[in-house]
Amino acid sequence: MSGPLARSPIGGGPGPGMFAAAERPHHARRAIVRLVRELAPERPMLLVTVVCAFISSAGTVFGPRILGSAINRLMDGLVGKMIGQYLPVGISHDQAVSALRAAGNPMANMVAGTRAVPGVGVDFEALGRILLGLGALYLAAFVLSWASWYIMADVSQRVVYRLRRDVDHKLARLPLRYFDTHQYGETLSRVTNDIDNISNTLMMGLAQVISSVAIIVGVAAMMLWISPMLALVSLLVLPAVAAVTLVAARISQREFAAQWERTGALNGHVEESHAGHLIVKSFGHQEETIRRFDALNREVYEASFRAQFISGIIMPAVFFLANVQYVAIAVLGGIQAATGTLSLGDVQAFIQYSRSFSMPITQTAAIANLLQSALASAERVFELLDEAEEIPDPVAPEVLENAAGHVALADVAFRYVPETPLIDDLSANVRSGEVLAIVGPTGAGKTTLVNLLMRFYEIDSGAISIDGIDTRRLTRDNLRRTFGMVLQDTWLFGGTIRENIAYGREDATEQEIREAAKAAHADHFVRTMPQGYDTVIDDDASNLSSGEKQLLTIARAFLADPEILILDEATSSVDTRTEILVQGAMARLMKGRTAFVIAHRLSTIRNADKILVMDHGNIVERGSHHELIARRGLYYDLYKSQFEEALAEAG
Amino acid sequence: MLAGRALPLFRSMQKRTDRINQIMRETLSGMRVIRAFVWTGYEEKRFDVANVELTDDSLRVSHLFSVVMPLLLASANLSTVVVVWFGGLRIDGGQMPIGNLTAFLLYMTQILYALLMGVFASVMVPRAAAAAERIQAVLETEPDLCDPETPASVADAKGLVEFLDVEFRYPGAEDSVLRGISFVAEPGKTTAIVGGTGSGKTTLVNLVSRFYDVTSGCVTIDGIDVRSMRQEDLWHLIGVVPQKAYLFSGSVASNLRYGDETASDHDLWRALDTAQARDFVTDMEAGLGGEIDQGGTNVSGGQLQRLAIARAIVKRPRVYIFDDSFSALDFKTDQKLRAALRAETRDAAVIIVAQRVGTIMRADQVVVLESGSIVGKGTHDELMKACETYREIVSGQLSREEVA
Repeated sequence: MSGPLARSPIGGGPGPGMFAAAERPHHARRAIVRLVRELAPERPMLLVTVVCAFISSAGTVFGPRILGSAINRLMDGLVGKMIGQYLPVGISHDQAVSALRAAGNPMANMVAGTRAVPGVGVDFEALGRILLGLGALYLAAFVLSWASWYIMADVSQRVVYRLRRDVDHKLARLPLRYFDTHQYGETLSRVTNDIDNISNTLMMGLAQVISSVAIIVGVAAMMLWISPMLALVSLLVLPAVAAVTLVAARISQREFAAQWERTGALNGHVEESHAGHLIVKSFGHQEETIRRFDALNREVYEASFRAQFISGIIMPAVFFLANVQYVAIAVLGGIQAATGTLSLGDVQAFIQYSRSFSMPITQTAAIANLLQSALASAERVFELLDEAEEIPDPVAPEVLENAAGHVALADVAFRYVPETPLIDDLSANVRSGEVLAIVGPTGAGKTTLVNLLMRFYEIDSGAISIDGIDTRRLTRDNLRRTFGMVLQDTWLFGGTIRENIAYGREDATEQEIREAAKAAHADHFVRTMPQGYDTVIDDDASNLSSGEKQLLTIARAFLADPEILILDEATSSVDTRTEILVQGAMARLMKGRTAFVIAHRLSTIRNADKILVMDHGNIVERGSHHELIARRGLYYDLYKSQFEEALAEAG
Repeated sequence: MLAGRALPLFRSMQKRTDRINQIMRETLSGMRVIRAFVWTGYEEKRFDVANVELTDDSLRVSHLFSVVMPLLLASANLSTVVVVWFGGLRIDGGQMPIGNLTAFLLYMTQILYALLMGVFASVMVPRAAAAAERIQAVLETEPDLCDPETPASVADAKGLVEFLDVEFRYPGAEDSVLRGISFVAEPGKTTAIVGGTGSGKTTLVNLVSRFYDVTSGCVTIDGIDVRSMRQEDLWHLIGVVPQKAYLFSGSVASNLRYGDETASDHDLWRALDTAQARDFVTDMEAGLGGEIDQGGTNVSGGQLQRLAIARAIVKRPRVYIFDDSFSALDFKTDQKLRAALRAETRDAAVIIVAQRVGTIMRADQVVVLESGSIVGKGTHDELMKACETYREIVSGQLSREEVA
């Protein structure tokens, strides 16, 4: 929805969206300070931008004045020619004025206001000099203004680039707890939308504000200098403009908020209908879904219309007021010129000044709005950057290579939330090459065990060691390379099937990839796909069934060839037949390797060396399959419910 | 001219922004796997590349536009200078009153503003054009499946589903997913479809609901080809519970009523009973009014499936299709549910895609798929004697001694 240049890219200029409701930051000052710190490395360039913007506004500030004197030269010439018709040529300006006054000529005052000399026309030499100077001023203003925009673009893009990079790096260091507890859509929004917002505003806002402020101050000063009275008249308009703007902005902000909300509702509906479209179709609900969409659409339309209309009124209203001001100035100025109090050029300049006064004001108002929302975004981004990180890897880590795969858990205790007990006092020993199966009802702590083995979460107390080395004394990378995981939640990314499998090992050859796929029995179905191994897995991996996804993740694990395997309910979505074949291959893979298997499928774990039965975080039974059956405990119950009849028959 | 150069840049920038968003989304959702496989370094590089590309594009666009405002202002200002000069010549020559000159200058300021407006608008145009292109692409997509000109009527359907030598291949694929599929699913009977992953089970049942059309052969209900029916009528007959159940945001009741708007609360409770979902719905504070989040994320996997099953039951279709819909249930619940379903679906044809032997064993007919072809069809006992693939499947779950 945002996107670079979501608002007009050039000057926060007129546009109805200008006064859209801005989110307000919670602690504006803190956010500003932080933002300034982020900008610190750019300070020299920023300074250059500010200076350029400042100086370039000189064009708008001094231009009209200089133009005014050019006009005056014209006027002088014109009047000169005119009075040259009935006054002798050769006398000076002052003499001419006194002559006119003596004759009671009503134009005497006006002529006095010029520097006309009878008979002398326009002094084109002087005019030419003035105009050239003006031209040079304008050119310089152009160059400097361009430079300030250009540099500002560089600065803001660099800052944004760094912010994005910092956030990405931060994500790598956040503990998994953060991801499990925060909706990832929200985090995503911070990384993308919020940073975009900051980028927009930085680029446009800063340069604009500087030049706007400079113009306002400069122009106001000029106006006062030329004619305090006229300045007063023009300034009278300001409160009216402010009133109109504020009232309209307030009303439209309400409507914009409504628009935002309703758009959200509409989006939600569309997303749902899209995600569940098979259900919508097969239950014949298309018409109703369309009707609901129409209703929501209409609501968005109504709110948007009102919002746009009201904020759109601001501009014509302001223009009207500006025109009223113009008329007033023209009339008053004209009188002053006729009476010689002001030169025509001055009046001309004044009109130009008052015209160019209102634009920077509205621009600044709009930018203030933008700045607010950018600060709010900055706040959110900083919040993310300030999150607590994982415990860092030890400074002098032990190194685990070619692990034998002896895993020992000693008195391990862990809870996600202090009040909810989970794992207490868990001890187990898995010898190298053994297959350990962990079973138990949901919530018994099986997936948690995986989290702890891989140090996705840190244990509260106790120790886990591999080949006698405490896992906390290893680097996380080292530890995780030792394990190979096939998770229940298959994660595949938007790349080709080949790339996804190759995730198991960076330097895998094509042949190795195909072999891994064959070993996982994924090769066949991959070849039924339109582009085979080059098929791109789309965003939600919806072009593969869950069984197919499992097979790909298993192929990935094959390729990784780790010393210890963790299979987390990996084969439950794969049918029993394929499971047998995969099991065969897995058995080959498991030879000489330690493996942890967590499954509901008792058929999978039948052949395990050891079985751990967990319930409520504790091991309640352990042994081999036959031992546990004989014991007639929890394992026996679970087993029984699956094969009631079969057992009855077997006696 | 500006717009010409801007449009492709905008398109590219949009793509690059999408790319960064995509990478972020994947990284966030796959954090565990990324760390497990120690690919964090790779991910960072991937992101950095996308970041650099986006920044490059944005820079180019900003640079392009940085000249606009200053240029406009400068051209207007410089024109003023020129005008005063030439105007001055004319005024001196008496051809033009000075008032015209002042008016002219003011007109030029007007033009400047108008130009500025024009520029804002013209900048929006390329963006709008790029967006419009994307919308147009969606609008122009023709649906593959359409209703026939003269649809057959399906009043009083019994629900006899038949596949006649059906073949199906995804357009452009190397192999067919299904080949030579022929079988009948009778009303009042349960047909189980089993086979390895990727053998085509889900595709097969999708053909019944006509989510895709067959490449050759045909699928009929009560003898009428599904392609000759109106899609609405077809779907009215079928109740589908897909592999990955999906619920809409709303309440339990609103979701269940998706099957039938006119269902009474009593009907809903009955369906929940059959689906073994009564207990947890009663546990919910608002019972039937219990809130369901989009996608059904606030209930567990097992509860989600049961609600989806109840939804299908409320519909009272002639044909039930369960695509591995019991996988999230533990064995006890699964058994009770199937027993209750039997009673409920007495007159309908039930097609179940199944993994568990317990489900398969009790079916009236089992169809065994392997690599897209039927390798066995019959009852459990028949297949145990005649079909090796079937034996393998079953024995995978039970050990030799336990199978009679």
